[in-house]
Amino acid sequence: MRLELVPRGDVSPVARVLSPVAAVAAAILIGGIIVAIMGRSPLQALQVYFVEPLTQGWALQELAIKATPLLIIAVGLSFCFRASLWNIGAEGQFIIGALTGSMVPLALHGSGAGPWVLAAGLVAGALGGLLYALIPALLRVAFGVSEILTSLMLVYVAELTLDYLVRGPWRDPKGFNFPQTVTFDWTLPYIAEGDRLHAGILIAPLVALAAWFVMRRTLFGFGIRVAGESPKAARFAGFSADRMVIAAFCISGACAGLAGIVEVFGQIHQLKPGISPGYGFTAITVAFLGRLHPAGMVFGALVVALTVIGGENAQIVMQLPLDLTRVFQGVLLMCVLAADALVSYRVRVVGGGR
Amino acid sequence: MRQMFKAAAAAALAAGLGAAAAGSASAQEKMKVGFIYVGPVGDFGYSYQHNQGRLAVEKALGDKVTTTFLENVPEADSERSIEQLARTGHKLIFTTSFGFMDPTVKVAKKYPNVYFEHATGYKREKNLATYSAKFHEGRYVIGQIAGKMTKSNVIGYVASFPIPEVVSGINAFMLGAQSVNPNIKVKIVWANTWFDPGKEADAAKALLDQGADIISQHTDSPAPLQQAEARGKFAFGQASDMIRFAQKATLTSIVDNWNDYYIARVKAALDGSWKSEDTWGGFDANMVNMAPFTNMPDEVKAMATKTTADIKSGALNPFKCPVYGQDGKEIECKGKGALSDEQVLGMAFYVKGIDDQLPK
Repeated sequence: MRLELVPRGDVSPVARVLSPVAAVAAAILIGGIIVAIMGRSPLQALQVYFVEPLTQGWALQELAIKATPLLIIAVGLSFCFRASLWNIGAEGQFIIGALTGSMVPLALHGSGAGPWVLAAGLVAGALGGLLYALIPALLRVAFGVSEILTSLMLVYVAELTLDYLVRGPWRDPKGFNFPQTVTFDWTLPYIAEGDRLHAGILIAPLVALAAWFVMRRTLFGFGIRVAGESPKAARFAGFSADRMVIAAFCISGACAGLAGIVEVFGQIHQLKPGISPGYGFTAITVAFLGRLHPAGMVFGALVVALTVIGGENAQIVMQLPLDLTRVFQGVLLMCVLAADALVSYRVRVVGGGR
Repeated sequence: MRQMFKAAAAAALAAGLGAAAAGSASAQEKMKVGFIYVGPVGDFGYSYQHNQGRLAVEKALGDKVTTTFLENVPEADSERSIEQLARTGHKLIFTTSFGFMDPTVKVAKKYPNVYFEHATGYKREKNLATYSAKFHEGRYVIGQIAGKMTKSNVIGYVASFPIPEVVSGINAFMLGAQSVNPNIKVKIVWANTWFDPGKEADAAKALLDQGADIISQHTDSPAPLQQAEARGKFAFGQASDMIRFAQKATLTSIVDNWNDYYIARVKAALDGSWKSEDTWGGFDANMVNMAPFTNMPDEVKAMATKTTADIKSGALNPFKCPVYGQDGKEIECKGKGALSDEQVLGMAFYVKGIDDQLPK
């Protein structure tokens, strides 16, 4: 006896929308069972994990802060993933964006330059991410090199470049030899009391909106979608595959780079090693959780941000280990992928014998 | 509409009464103490040892305080975690890694009624104290042991980040080694991490391949020790007594002991005598200890025991003058007969004989 996946043919849009919701529900159920096995109350865990963060003002602010980089990166990635291009290197593009964007305030440190430094830095960040993503794109177009490997390996190059710069040439001379730059003269303003919610969070929904417009309302967006679903049809329709690869990677890289510099200008206010706790990789989960749709990805980013904040809450209130949060994030991604597969395919049991 | 307001007002009143009742009970409530760790409590090194301190607080003062910890907190993303502890009613919060410095300062300014303590940093506020241990005292002792025990005269050193704490540790190690063996060489690999068993093991392997027969480490996992054990070489444990991970290879471990300090500070917070200050203790304050000296001849054991006692009594300072820099020139002596505390806490140079370049 074995199992076979048979395509379902037409899938109702309702099922498509409901599948990630069902996936989240299934993940919560599995998480609850794990908590119960650990001898704790799953109901209290649910309360601490998912309900409390959503009912308190500070937690909602933190949710927005955490979701911002995830959403911006995921929106960019969706262009690649839609076109069946596997950009795994958003983490590296994030770091390079933070780096090139920071060049502006670092070069002008102490010069008394105005707040335009921020705007210039944001542009430089997006541009840096774009150029960095261009490397795997060009390698694929010119030599047919797998973009999965090159984009992933470039993450390490980016991390080590940042390491080198903050330990060497860019190190704060008054910083006791600690690996970090000076604190920037200009940072993104706070837009709520408590000095946490920075103006950068406004950028994320704008990026998502722009992505929706490009994807749904422009010929280019149509080309990306067709290229992903049927490369032959795309070629027949006159879309250049190479140009699609380059464009998708450029958008993806620019978004990741922008996310990087927004995070630095909004939250960290200086460069140091470890500016990203893995946003570039977590955003892959967000992209698929949101079914590569901008509105869906807003939902996905918030859910993932919730697991981080709820997980912290669970550590404080219930002394549940951090590993549980990690396990839960993994379970969530598995459930989303499984739900996706089950919506598009039917499982058929094939009887024994041949 | 009016009905709704009434209901809402009644609910608010009830909630208020409830809160008031809770308030009167809270006089008896235990004080909450929070800890933020950079690694997992299961690193069996640095964060593990801080957690031992937390458990000691629970044991000693469990009737008066409850403790909470957050582990594996990324340094650049720590502000929210620290604030969450402050917000959830923690009265005293220890942030235990250098990278938590600026976030701790920021949160401390926002919560003037909460006491903060930051380990290994240099920024203080009215409600933010700093503390650290003179780890370099232990490094001097293990340097001497290494100097006596090596046959190849090459020591491998798995280092984390070139910050003063680590650089002064390397220098103290070298000065200790040179005091008994002038021909010694120290090779350094920067693992660029506090805790990553894979990277730490790779660094140790590379050093062993280059002829090192003793491994010293300033990273937090037992992986380098295990590599040394597998090759039949020697190594030193970091932060906690790591002998159970490498029975034959472990010569000793430098053990961080935060227990007494944490208990004293929590007591101070309880009785209201807490003040923002800088604490920097070594053998004398019992903040740094040596694990038992093992796998070495009795004469080496005796030497290490004597050196430890001399440092503890103040008869010996690992950075006693003259200290020579890498270029052979004497370092200006700003303390009494030894480098000053400031010189050690901001150390950004290597002593003579170290075959490595600090990033400039």
